[in-house]
Amino acid sequence: MTDIAASPPRESALAALIKHSRYIIGENPVTGIAFALFVLIVLAAMFGPHIVPYDPLASDTAQSLKPPSAHHWFGTDQLGRDVFSRVVVATRLDFFIAVASVVLVFLMGGLAGVAAGFFGGWIDRIVGRIADTIMAFPLFVLAMGIVAALGNTVQNIVIATAIVNFPLYARIARAEANIRRDAGFVEAARLSGNSDWRILAFQILPNVFPILVVQMSLTMGYAILNAAGLSFIGLGVRPPTPEWGIMVAEGSAFMVSGEWWNAFFPGGALMIAVFCFNLLGDGLRDMVDPRRRT
Amino acid sequence: MLTMILKRLLMAIPSLIGVVIVTFLLTRALPGDPAAYFAGPAATPQAIQEVRVKLGLDKPLIVQFGHYVVDLVHGNLGTSLTTGQPVATELHNRLPASAELTLLGLIVSIVIAVPLGILAATKPNSILDHACRIVSTAGVSLPVFFTGLILVYVFYYLLGWAPAPLGRIDVFYLPPPQVTGFYLIDSLIARDGDTFIASLKQLFLPALTLAIFSLAPIARMTRASMLAVLSSDFVRTARASGLSAYTVIITYAFRNAMLPVITTLGMVFSFLLGANVLVEKVFAWPGIGSYAVEALLASDFAPVQGFVLTMAALYVALNLLIDVLYGVVDPRVRLEA
Repeated sequence: MTDIAASPPRESALAALIKHSRYIIGENPVTGIAFALFVLIVLAAMFGPHIVPYDPLASDTAQSLKPPSAHHWFGTDQLGRDVFSRVVVATRLDFFIAVASVVLVFLMGGLAGVAAGFFGGWIDRIVGRIADTIMAFPLFVLAMGIVAALGNTVQNIVIATAIVNFPLYARIARAEANIRRDAGFVEAARLSGNSDWRILAFQILPNVFPILVVQMSLTMGYAILNAAGLSFIGLGVRPPTPEWGIMVAEGSAFMVSGEWWNAFFPGGALMIAVFCFNLLGDGLRDMVDPRRRT
Repeated sequence: MLTMILKRLLMAIPSLIGVVIVTFLLTRALPGDPAAYFAGPAATPQAIQEVRVKLGLDKPLIVQFGHYVVDLVHGNLGTSLTTGQPVATELHNRLPASAELTLLGLIVSIVIAVPLGILAATKPNSILDHACRIVSTAGVSLPVFFTGLILVYVFYYLLGWAPAPLGRIDVFYLPPPQVTGFYLIDSLIARDGDTFIASLKQLFLPALTLAIFSLAPIARMTRASMLAVLSSDFVRTARASGLSAYTVIITYAFRNAMLPVITTLGMVFSFLLGANVLVEKVFAWPGIGSYAVEALLASDFAPVQGFVLTMAALYVALNLLIDVLYGVVDPRVRLEA
């Protein structure tokens, strides 16, 4: 007892987390690679516009459709814009859309699900019905319909991506809250005079939180694919804004005539980002919940 | 069996009602005044008022919903602003193209994924097992439109094996006389081998794109459920009784392992119907997805609404079919119902 009390608890928890993370990464080097990629993506999102060699919007028609070279690493597009600069600068927007939609669905779905699982009754029925109705649509099709109805903006892409992921979050949060509803520590909190809302905020939510965070990193990949798919068909992001989906769409016309770099590099960046998020999500799940390892 | 299907049909009704309500609400969520929107940008206030009355937008929401449902029951999905054609007719004309593509994609995907999953499960940690793992991780990360473009580049531009990605059939061929709307089947009915080959060539790449996309969940699930079944007691007994490996794996293990795979098909369809839109755009495929995309870009809402409704209805129907199939495969489900 005295040993534990003597060591500062916060630092030891952090040290244990680092040790545990190192163990997980050591055991599965793929997670380490995914984490390195993730850092790279975050850096590109933060500093991208400041480090790229060319202005992503500046066109130079004399240099149009040049293959990759020492000057233009990823070649140039039909307006002579540097594809490398555009791919790097686009990271911020794509990353932002994915993070924003995942945070939004975390707030909507997570809270609705936790409330449904904890209170049960009519809240549970309403949340369940909403989730079922959303699940009755093919998700990408519903996202198209939502963006078409709400208006063709980036903000609405975020909202649509969040809505189609709602059932997943609501169901997980509901199940996790439901099994803890009558747990010993909840009963104890209730007997010591805590209100329902206080129990929800201080007992249930902190327990459900890590599971939802893992879900967030698992759905990041899907969110970024969904958003890029929507902008590929011309929704949300408008040219000349650099964004991976729209860049692939613009480059697709040149694929049949052999100018592959226009669509290949933004598409490749998109693929790597999704790959990285998926692997990272798997790694994070192993860390939080070792039982679900596959 | 019949009672099970009937019960399941009843369960699909709330989903359909939800779908109808959502598609109705989507139109009413259009930015600004829907009447001004439907009247077009150059309309006078008087014209807008006329449109409002004509569309019944001056009535309370619940009455509007009633009209909407009545229209739906009569198969009326409104009229496209850009083409002037009824949406229902256009969707009906274009649906076979999408259905042919999606179904072929699914068939190709099952034909590759199921044996791959079985082989991976029977030989854990073999090369095939690793291949299965790579395919199922890469498959979920590949943006479907990107796969399609890469295939076009490799098979059309570099190798010259595939025809130009421009629609269902080469311009030099006439579509076969319409019976089912599926060019492959229609050309066979017409005993027209050339047309069959021509349409198969056009179909091959987009179907392969969809197959690569849907391969991952099917292969993963087949492998996982085969692994679980292969380690069960009845398989051990069958092996101990000296049955051949083929009988044990196919007759004993695979039949039982199919159940979770069938369940995954529901999710696969959700992805496929969405991915279909993107693939149709890449290959200029004249299906309902590209119809909806064109309408979306022209801010023509009626076709989009009709498209979302059709897709959702199809998806509900497919899920129904999957559940019935589940009952066919697993007699226990029938007994419970």
